[in-house]
Amino acid sequence: MIAYIIRRALYAIPILIGVNLLTFMLFFVVNSPEEVARLHLGDKYTTQEQVEAWKQEHGYDKPLLYNPEAGGLEQLTDTIFYTKSVRLFVFDFGNSDSGRNIGHDIRQRMWPSLAIAVPSLLLGLLLNATLALMLAFFRATYLDVGGVVLCVVLMSISSLFYIIGGQYLVGKLLQLVPISGYDTGFEAVKFLILPVVIGVIYGIGSGTRWYRTLFLEEISKDYVRTARAKGLSEQWVLFRHVLRNALIPILTGVVVILPLLFMGSLITESFFGIPGLGSYTIDAIQRQDFSIVRAMVFLGTVLYILGLLLTDISYTLADPRIRLR
Amino acid sequence: MNSNHFITNPIPVRFLHRCGPPCRWGSVVALVLLAGCDDSWNNPHGEDPGAGAVLYASFSDRPQFMDPARSYTSTAYGFIQQVYEPPLAYHYLKRPYELVPLSAARMPEVRFLDERGDELPPGVPAEEAAYTEYLIDIQPGILYQPHSALARREDGGYRYHDLTEADLESVNVLLDFPHTGSRELVAEDFVYQIKRLADPRRHCPIAGIIAEYIEGFAEFQAHIQNTEGVPMDLRGLSMSGVESLSRYRYRVRLKGTYPQFIYWLAMPFFAPMPWEADVFHEQPGMAQRNLTLHWYPIGTGPYMLTENNPNLRMVLERNPNFRGEPYPSEGEPGDAGEGFLDDQGRIMPFVDRAVFSLEKENIPRWSKFLQGYYDLSGIGSDSFDQAIEYGGGGEVGLTDEMEEKGIALRTAVDLTVYYMGFNMLDPVVGGYGERSRLLRRAISIAVDYEENISIFTNGRGIPAQGPLPPQIFGVHEGEAGINPYVYRWEDGRAVRRGIEEARELMRRAGYQNGIDQETGKPLVLYYEAVGAGPDAKASLNWLRKQFAKLDIQLVIRATDYNRFRAKMRKGTGQIFQWGWHADYPDPENFLFLLYGPNAQVDTNGPNSANYKNPEYDALFSQMKNIPNGERRQQIIDEMLDILRRDAPWAWGFHPVSYILSHQWVHNNKPTTMSYNTLKYRRIDTESRAAEIREWNRPTVWPVWAGLGALALLILPALVGFLRRERERGR
Repeated sequence: MIAYIIRRALYAIPILIGVNLLTFMLFFVVNSPEEVARLHLGDKYTTQEQVEAWKQEHGYDKPLLYNPEAGGLEQLTDTIFYTKSVRLFVFDFGNSDSGRNIGHDIRQRMWPSLAIAVPSLLLGLLLNATLALMLAFFRATYLDVGGVVLCVVLMSISSLFYIIGGQYLVGKLLQLVPISGYDTGFEAVKFLILPVVIGVIYGIGSGTRWYRTLFLEEISKDYVRTARAKGLSEQWVLFRHVLRNALIPILTGVVVILPLLFMGSLITESFFGIPGLGSYTIDAIQRQDFSIVRAMVFLGTVLYILGLLLTDISYTLADPRIRLR
Repeated sequence: MNSNHFITNPIPVRFLHRCGPPCRWGSVVALVLLAGCDDSWNNPHGEDPGAGAVLYASFSDRPQFMDPARSYTSTAYGFIQQVYEPPLAYHYLKRPYELVPLSAARMPEVRFLDERGDELPPGVPAEEAAYTEYLIDIQPGILYQPHSALARREDGGYRYHDLTEADLESVNVLLDFPHTGSRELVAEDFVYQIKRLADPRRHCPIAGIIAEYIEGFAEFQAHIQNTEGVPMDLRGLSMSGVESLSRYRYRVRLKGTYPQFIYWLAMPFFAPMPWEADVFHEQPGMAQRNLTLHWYPIGTGPYMLTENNPNLRMVLERNPNFRGEPYPSEGEPGDAGEGFLDDQGRIMPFVDRAVFSLEKENIPRWSKFLQGYYDLSGIGSDSFDQAIEYGGGGEVGLTDEMEEKGIALRTAVDLTVYYMGFNMLDPVVGGYGERSRLLRRAISIAVDYEENISIFTNGRGIPAQGPLPPQIFGVHEGEAGINPYVYRWEDGRAVRRGIEEARELMRRAGYQNGIDQETGKPLVLYYEAVGAGPDAKASLNWLRKQFAKLDIQLVIRATDYNRFRAKMRKGTGQIFQWGWHADYPDPENFLFLLYGPNAQVDTNGPNSANYKNPEYDALFSQMKNIPNGERRQQIIDEMLDILRRDAPWAWGFHPVSYILSHQWVHNNKPTTMSYNTLKYRRIDTESRAAEIREWNRPTVWPVWAGLGALALLILPALVGFLRRERERGR
């Protein structure tokens, strides 16, 4: 397995370079370093000298990708792309274009994102699996049909509706929890209840339907019939056999998103005033802060690759027949 | 969390008595989870709204820079103007805006000098001065807020000026330094800050314009630029035009005359900065921990920033070293009736703490204001109808719902102009010939800004009659103030001229029915639109319809802001919209937007229409250097006549701010020039606490009803499950 992990880590390097290059090109197709400088310095009285000084200080005074005036390897290394990218590979994100330390900001902002994402994921997983098992148990009954219809209805509603409706109903009409906001420590709980509940409810439709399909597929297999023929109770069959064997695709879906939980949710965090990472990248794009954009895209890519690797590893834990070579 | 509070809450307790043990325990758990420290479960602040003089408000954009040498946004000014104190400020109540001393002891003494530096003899016009000197006396005894940069050891040395990496190991925020100190404000701190403005490494946004006036400023800039290793602590360098004359007096010498300089003295750029702050923050390891002046301001003002988390909350607390300042005892007519003079002479600040929470979305912000959790609010377009209603005569009022809550509405015309500009370099809409002039005037009539204001800003704006907003010197009230090329005066009000008149102008310009009489081709114009997404679609369609009234085909050239600015700099755009917010309340700050030498194509200046009229430019040069008075009014009138005749802009509109405040907020007079308003505000905390309790009584029964309904749904499934199990068992 170690060899497999090392091989996957090496595969990741060209992927990261490629993603980084793509991000760089997309960003600078739209924004020239000159415009970035002007946006940071303001519109009103900025002089060309100030623009040049800003570019020099922030390393935007070099050519973008290729420096024809340099010699040898420096033609590639004495460029904005190289100087801005190379440190990322040792996870040194440096400073944003406005001077803030990006690593420090990420460390500070990932906890509120996790505070919403982790309970939403765990509770959602538990609830969706329970409901899906119930629907599978009552397959082809009024409960199953009604449940599926309800799931489709829940899936069809925009997440914004859940958020605004939830804030209106629970926060404004019933006055049970704050409409939005955040605090540290135990005080955070009252702010997290509503976004977590809404997150869980929003995920019920798609999650339950998907898990139900997985469970039904397993239920129809021979080993389940054999287990029933042995006289095992339905509870035992469902929880011991069906659930366990349906875990592989569930793990595929869940483990791959685990690392991305750090990245937060833009809409949820924005509406609930959660100081997470969800809006960090969007805000940076709006402010044309390339340093943050490249750092967050790089981090997202790393986490996604890590998620895929964890998924592969989790297969071996869920299914002893699978070996990673 | 203080559980005693929810026990004293009558609603939950009554509820607890009614339900059985499981329900009771469920309720207890729910209450522990839901309740804050207050009777209201949904209180987002986690503290009793009646406990102290705390003001709660929100902000939507995070401030990026808080160093007064760099900061130049209204978002940042909302915070730093409570902390930093420049020599002057605007009177809180008087309108038109009037400068008064803030950290200065009195208004600056202005001296006009000849080439040799001798004062001009009496009777010589100020415009002939080679230099102007501002002598500024500051108040003795002003102290800085407690700050670690000023903390001293027992031996008198600075405690935190020689930090090592080991010292910083456990430091993440400023509060991690256990010691603070203070010292008296001295004139040298003002001089030091002006040197900072000239330091290119600080990227001061106004350095370019200030360098034109302050003697030695440009040379100081060049010296730092061309010298390796200049320390960030600039005490060792001198600037010839700026000098500390004594502990409490300093001098700023300008080249020639620049009367508007006095307004700059009311901006944070010219607030004092202790050199210790730079020495402290520039130590190795501080920037990596985000311990910078952009994050931790250090000033002498009534408040200090004690929590800076712009992703969540900013907290200003009373500066214990603040000297106190009396509330103004005079204002404009009507202020006494509005209650703005009730606190006259009382020592400010009245609020001990101000908590600003980040609210990016309008809906939660508005809901929390209605719940009483924010003391002040603007009005978003989606909640406008809920808050505002217009009377039969068009007068603005609050809806019954707002009146019942005791909410107050204040409005103020912003010192801002949004305009539609014509690129004067363009061969069709530009130029100074009669043909293009008539075309521009026809378009100015056709683009109906009254309708625009009504549709797109809920009536929050007034059509512009020229570049100057109301309350700026030079603007006439009534008929004398209208733009006669676009409006007529009828029944005591300005009425936009009819479209037939505009069509007649088109005919005279050679574009009858939108056809170019010279070429026989339809007239097609191009509009540079920043963003053309779904949000902008309605306004762009509206604009097309305005041009279509004259049979002009308007082509929208959608672009992003970067490219738009590039087009403006190159002069390749044709028609565009832009805006300007005043730096200071002087007509010069608007009229220079059309001054020839400021043409954007030539100098990257603010004259985005690239308008160049020698007659106008000559008048501008006269106007900018003379004080307000009859002569200046006369020149401005001539300038406005020229502009209205040439119509380089369709004059657009001036936005009007609507500010709502709860009944417990006092002294909330809107101001669009200064942001140091927190110290004037007073909160009646008892009234707030009572209202919030009344408005925010939790309703629990639907939760239990919902759970009951869920149980009813699950029950048949459970019964079915058990029956099946029994059947299988047989």
